[in-house]
Amino acid sequence: MSQTATGTTRFAVSMRILHWLLAPMVIVQLLIGVTMVASLTCYPLLLAIHRPLGVLILFFAVIRLVNRVTHKLPPFLATMGPMERRIASWSEYLLYGLLLIQPLTGWAMLSAARNPIVSLGPFRLPGITPHNIDIYAVLRQCHDVFALLLFLTFTAHVCAVLFHTFVLRDRIIDRMAVWPTRKR
Amino acid sequence: MAPDEAKTPESEPEPEPAPEPRPGVASRRSALSRRGALLGMGAVAGFAAVDVGGFAYAGGWLRPEALTPARFTDRFETVYGRHDGFRRNHAKGLSATGTFVSNGAGAAICRATVFRSGATPVVGRFSLGGGLPDQADKSDTVRGLGLLLQSSDGQQWRTAMINFPVFTDSTPEGFYERILASKPQPGTGKPDPKLMSAFLDRHPETAAALKIIKQTPASAGFADTTFYGLNAFLFTNDTGATVPVRWSVAPVGDGTAPAAPSGKDYLFDEFIRAVAQRPVQWRLLLTVGEPGDPTHDPTKPWPPSRRTIDAGTITINAVATEAPGNARDINFDPTVLPDGIALSDDPIPPARSAVYARSFTRRAGEPKSPSEVRV
Repeated sequence: MSQTATGTTRFAVSMRILHWLLAPMVIVQLLIGVTMVASLTCYPLLLAIHRPLGVLILFFAVIRLVNRVTHKLPPFLATMGPMERRIASWSEYLLYGLLLIQPLTGWAMLSAARNPIVSLGPFRLPGITPHNIDIYAVLRQCHDVFALLLFLTFTAHVCAVLFHTFVLRDRIIDRMAVWPTRKR
Repeated sequence: MAPDEAKTPESEPEPEPAPEPRPGVASRRSALSRRGALLGMGAVAGFAAVDVGGFAYAGGWLRPEALTPARFTDRFETVYGRHDGFRRNHAKGLSATGTFVSNGAGAAICRATVFRSGATPVVGRFSLGGGLPDQADKSDTVRGLGLLLQSSDGQQWRTAMINFPVFTDSTPEGFYERILASKPQPGTGKPDPKLMSAFLDRHPETAAALKIIKQTPASAGFADTTFYGLNAFLFTNDTGATVPVRWSVAPVGDGTAPAAPSGKDYLFDEFIRAVAQRPVQWRLLLTVGEPGDPTHDPTKPWPPSRRTIDAGTITINAVATEAPGNARDINFDPTVLPDGIALSDDPIPPARSAVYARSFTRRAGEPKSPSEVRV
């Protein structure tokens, strides 16, 4: 692996744009999800945002996956040891997996409960599982577990970036920046 | 996670594999001072604390006093016990199917497909209030009717109605308190009168509602029961005009077959016999509120002079023992509405939706046993 320790080696511009497009959606979605299941007053309102937002996230996650496999990643920073690089790669795969599987689980779980899914005007998402509440129960449980995993992976990801940026000061964040950064 | 990162600074105070080709950077911007490192660590810890704390707070874990759907559902289990696989309320029930034939009159106030002239298939569920799936039928137990109407364009309208003209509670909190106060006492099988009267002192709206409810004694059976949607919803028509509506279904014909109470399930058995003889019908009535009519409080009746639209006829053709795939497996969530019907400022439907969802999720994951009512 080549030594590129400065922040000038960035991710492809499409990757950076998709990253910052999806990041706020996922954060908001996690917050909505955890808030609504604990709320008596806002449940229908939050659910009405949660479902279409999930579809949007799925849409962008698929685009992102395609974009990911068609682009090369910049090399790791020298500030990352071999173990950390491995963890970074695994957590990236985990995040991709969760961003795809979590909306699909939600969609499937609504289908199994025979609940309306998402409609935009006359267009309506079809069910993808038979009406069966045993299937629903399993998928609903999975939705909780995946949400927690997604939250923990997100938290670890941000902590790692903050650590690099503010403790190691290796300007790791510049690799994902869609804003101007100082050239070195 | 943080622990992995945390190893890094100890082993490499300066970027480690480091014949670094960037002396300028390292000395000027990246040099690790103790103070800088501490501040950086503080930033990481600060983020983690806000992130995890915010998540836990939103999820209700840091607010033990907050009334969450889970705690609301727990209350039913406290009062009635836990009965695996059954609804936490209205546990005893019977599945039904039929049609709604719209006469087109409802389209004047609502653009939902279901109100255009024509037939819509219906899945229904007749039930008794309370969390006991095998309670004996009693005339004065709350009767429920859940309906799911799915129009040809795939839109759903779900409603869960009861045989009271007004609801007993104006807030979810009132309901939550009341079911505990009305918990049957082991000795008498009746609520503790002291608890109940203390509750009613605190909740005059419930006392007033109960007065209205007592004025109409329960009918002989399910077939001649009027069921009320209770909550106010907003109906919007093709021109965009919106009106508040409360709906009900009123039995067609005299329907009086006052069977003497015989047997534990006499109300259900009688209804099963009635449907076997001929379809049983209700008229769907839409009561249109006027400005100033309370939409936010289902304990308050609207003036009887309000315009009522007869939107068509609901016919129940068949009933079936609760089983996989029929009404047993439907959550009659009153916030599942077609385009043209929306929630009003009534606080009860959102809470019902949240608690029904929790009850549905719990029972879905539990072992199921046969229902008491058999066809």
